[in-house]
Amino acid sequence: MEKQEIYSELHSIRNLMERSAKFISLSGLSGIMAGVYALIGAGIAYLLVYGQSLTMDYRENLLQEAELLWNLFFVALAVLILSIGTGILLTLRKANKNNQKVWNPISKKLLFSMLVPLLTGGLLILILFYRGYYGVIAPTCLIFYGLALVGASNFTFEDVKWLGLMELILGIFAALIPGYGLLFWTIGFGLLHIIYGTIMHFKYDK
Amino acid sequence: MKTTLANFDKAFENRVRLQIMSILVANDNYDFNSLKELLEVTDGNLASHLKALEKEAYINVYKSFLGRKPNTSYAASEKGKIAFLKHLESLENLIKLQKT
Repeated sequence: MEKQEIYSELHSIRNLMERSAKFISLSGLSGIMAGVYALIGAGIAYLLVYGQSLTMDYRENLLQEAELLWNLFFVALAVLILSIGTGILLTLRKANKNNQKVWNPISKKLLFSMLVPLLTGGLLILILFYRGYYGVIAPTCLIFYGLALVGASNFTFEDVKWLGLMELILGIFAALIPGYGLLFWTIGFGLLHIIYGTIMHFKYDK
Repeated sequence: MKTTLANFDKAFENRVRLQIMSILVANDNYDFNSLKELLEVTDGNLASHLKALEKEAYINVYKSFLGRKPNTSYAASEKGKIAFLKHLESLENLIKLQKT
């Protein structure tokens, strides 16, 4: 066998092992967009809670008015739906370009490993919301999202694991320092997503 | 020289078979249609190579039904995994030999 032939054989083995075991059509751009939506959402939430007076030292607002709560809830929901929608759309587009089927055994495993912690966390957050434990909602969001990412990273790029670990650390800190939920939420879902998305975009989408 | 050639597996001489094996080693199991999509080969071609690997007892075949549709999935056997690794080693050795 020629040397060149062996190399191409080894290359094709490596390529197939990776493509068959990892879902590589996640788009970096969707991470950036999710971050931008989160920043906008956080901005709106900040205005809703603290009014027009842009002071950072007033931290004793008691979230009690039902109307405000529902408004915050809808802002969060809008951010979630927009992010997931954009993510699905851009992933479909990238999969098309990569010639990778979106619905394959790996993407199913990826989705399953993400949905278990996300749905559990989502339900828990709804219960916390209902019971009035508003202070722990932001850390809970971050922690369950982090767990979902770490679990999902087995089936996609390694980098997702690092994003997940960062979210987990932020979540723990958010739980330690109550009252700054929105700030941690903004860093975790806004800033980290934008940084991660930019890295992914230049690393894999180019 | 002889030892490397001894490890060179005839069952993997065909590229599609080697490719099937690399997918099955990297995953717990894989179904027929997904293999076909990934390898971009025809039904008949894939089926005949899978048969050959099955005959060597390198892969296990699991048949089941998804609703009414038959669904066949494949997994690498212990013997197949060892054979695959040996084959990779012999490829590596070949490269090393040609370097010196």
